[in-house]
Amino acid sequence: MEIFGIPLQALLSQLLLGLVNGSFYAMLSLGLAVIFGLLNVINFAHGALYMMGAFFAWMGLTYFGLGYWEMLLLGPLVVGLFGIIIERTMLRWLYKLDHLYGLLLTFGITLIVEGVFRSIYGVSGQPYSVPDALAGATDLGFMILPNYRAWVVFASLAVCLATWFVIEKTKLGAYLRAGTENPKLVEAFGINVPLMVTLTYGFGVALAGFAGVLAAPVIQVSPLMGSNLIIVVFAVVVIGGMGSIMGSIVTASVGDRGVHRNGNRVVDTPGRLVRQGKMMKRSVA
Amino acid sequence: MNKKIAYSILLVALLVAPFGMYPVLLMKLLCFALFACAFNLLLGFTGLLSFGHAAFFGGAGYVAGYAIQTLGLSFEVSIVLGVVAAALIGLLMGLLAVRRQGIYFTMITLALAQMFYFVCLQAPITGGEDGLQGLPRGKLFGLLDLSNDLSMYYVVLALAVAGFALIVRTVHSPFGQVLKAIKENEPRAISLGYDVDKYKLLAFVLSAALAGLAGAVKTTALGLASLTDVEWTMSGLVILMTLVGGLGTISGPIVGAVLVIGLENRLGDIGEWLANTTSVEWFRTLGDSVSIVIGFIFVICVLLFRRGIVGEAVAWLAKKPIRKPS
Repeated sequence: MEIFGIPLQALLSQLLLGLVNGSFYAMLSLGLAVIFGLLNVINFAHGALYMMGAFFAWMGLTYFGLGYWEMLLLGPLVVGLFGIIIERTMLRWLYKLDHLYGLLLTFGITLIVEGVFRSIYGVSGQPYSVPDALAGATDLGFMILPNYRAWVVFASLAVCLATWFVIEKTKLGAYLRAGTENPKLVEAFGINVPLMVTLTYGFGVALAGFAGVLAAPVIQVSPLMGSNLIIVVFAVVVIGGMGSIMGSIVTASVGDRGVHRNGNRVVDTPGRLVRQGKMMKRSVA
Repeated sequence: MNKKIAYSILLVALLVAPFGMYPVLLMKLLCFALFACAFNLLLGFTGLLSFGHAAFFGGAGYVAGYAIQTLGLSFEVSIVLGVVAAALIGLLMGLLAVRRQGIYFTMITLALAQMFYFVCLQAPITGGEDGLQGLPRGKLFGLLDLSNDLSMYYVVLALAVAGFALIVRTVHSPFGQVLKAIKENEPRAISLGYDVDKYKLLAFVLSAALAGLAGAVKTTALGLASLTDVEWTMSGLVILMTLVGGLGTISGPIVGAVLVIGLENRLGDIGEWLANTTSVEWFRTLGDSVSIVIGFIFVICVLLFRRGIVGEAVAWLAKKPIRKPS
């Protein structure tokens, strides 16, 4: 059986691969969307922090003997802490200015972080093996799915849903949404908005770190893995609607089948990114 | 008056410079200075931050390189083709981008430039990862042989000065005044009856064409068109040059470009010197970590010197009370 001249089996496996890659996009763009919603900052450093998360996983194993599961918890925490430091010491001073300065600042931070990792580890990738519990693969009939990839999809879905739940259904989320609408008014009601902003940035960045740790066994850990991804993630956020959380998740999972550059794909068209650019344009215009 | 004297001195210095410095580096400096000035026309005077100027710079470079190498066209025709190509890409990109404002404008230019990057990566005529190498420079009007670095330098200088003069003229023209009005207060400019989008588009295309001129000249001067010139980091670099030098100042981008390119080329030497004087061995690796240093400059500029070097200098001079020499 064939659809559009592609064997069904190939199409299904392609879809599933897209779903795996989409999981990374979903977590990254979720963080970006949350940050943009409250801070009005396009966090260019997101890719670099994602890379940082992956590197922490690798460093934890290499230098401290910490396994995958420990790092899955510790990595995002450290990255989030790093984000909080960035917000407290630098980003904070730019809120009153044009939003473009936030973009430029985080661009500078990207260069520094990537440069530091590149000067220490070079551009070649560091191998990171899949944790024992998730090694092996399951035969789904139409394709063989590595267990780890299934776990990636599951973990990312869980995190996205939890985030969505917190933002939409809890009091904390209500404050957050109110802060996005009108920070001054929320502050007048006695809510510590600057603290909320700091924590939001930390959380968004921690999501990137989490995605990084998850990605470590799938993609080779290299200083450039972030910049390869960040543009696609921007596209996702814009298509989903800047600051819209559900939009990001849905677009990332649905819209990005086979866009990933490292994925082994059946349908290889030069138009992939052209299409992406067009989508991005259309949704904005 | 003082400005005129300063520019005359600069011009004379540039005319004699190739006798004291390596002409190829000077040509590179000139091209990037023009690129940054073209970018400043858009960001500094119209208030539009484009994150896609690498597409014009590198795109024009590819077109000029292809014309001169594969099609065997002459130098001047290749440059003109490069500029026209950049203007066309600018027109297409501008048509879509100027309809949005602020961050959205930036994101659209980034997306379209990235699209162009992947076209360059995959198109059969651009040489993919290798780029176009060993490009001939050809002859100017079939007479002047440009393979000589010195004659090439003066041609580049003439083109850069012409481009710069065009930018200065534009800024001081009624058109430039409208652009400034749009930057300061767009709704007001609309209420005064200006077709703001049209003005923005024109500024965008002009900036793209001049960036294309810089790119085409750089490609022919260095004999190389590569993917680095169309990558988004190049767009970031030109923003940095403009920011370091001073947004919205005429001469700022030149200062910024000289500083950034000079730093890129000389960082290794600076590191050696620092290592020798302070005996901290780490400085020896500085030459390999250009991007860290550039990132630091970016962060410091954004946080502390948003007016840039020239902007701060102008503000400082304006603040200083004028004293008569006693």
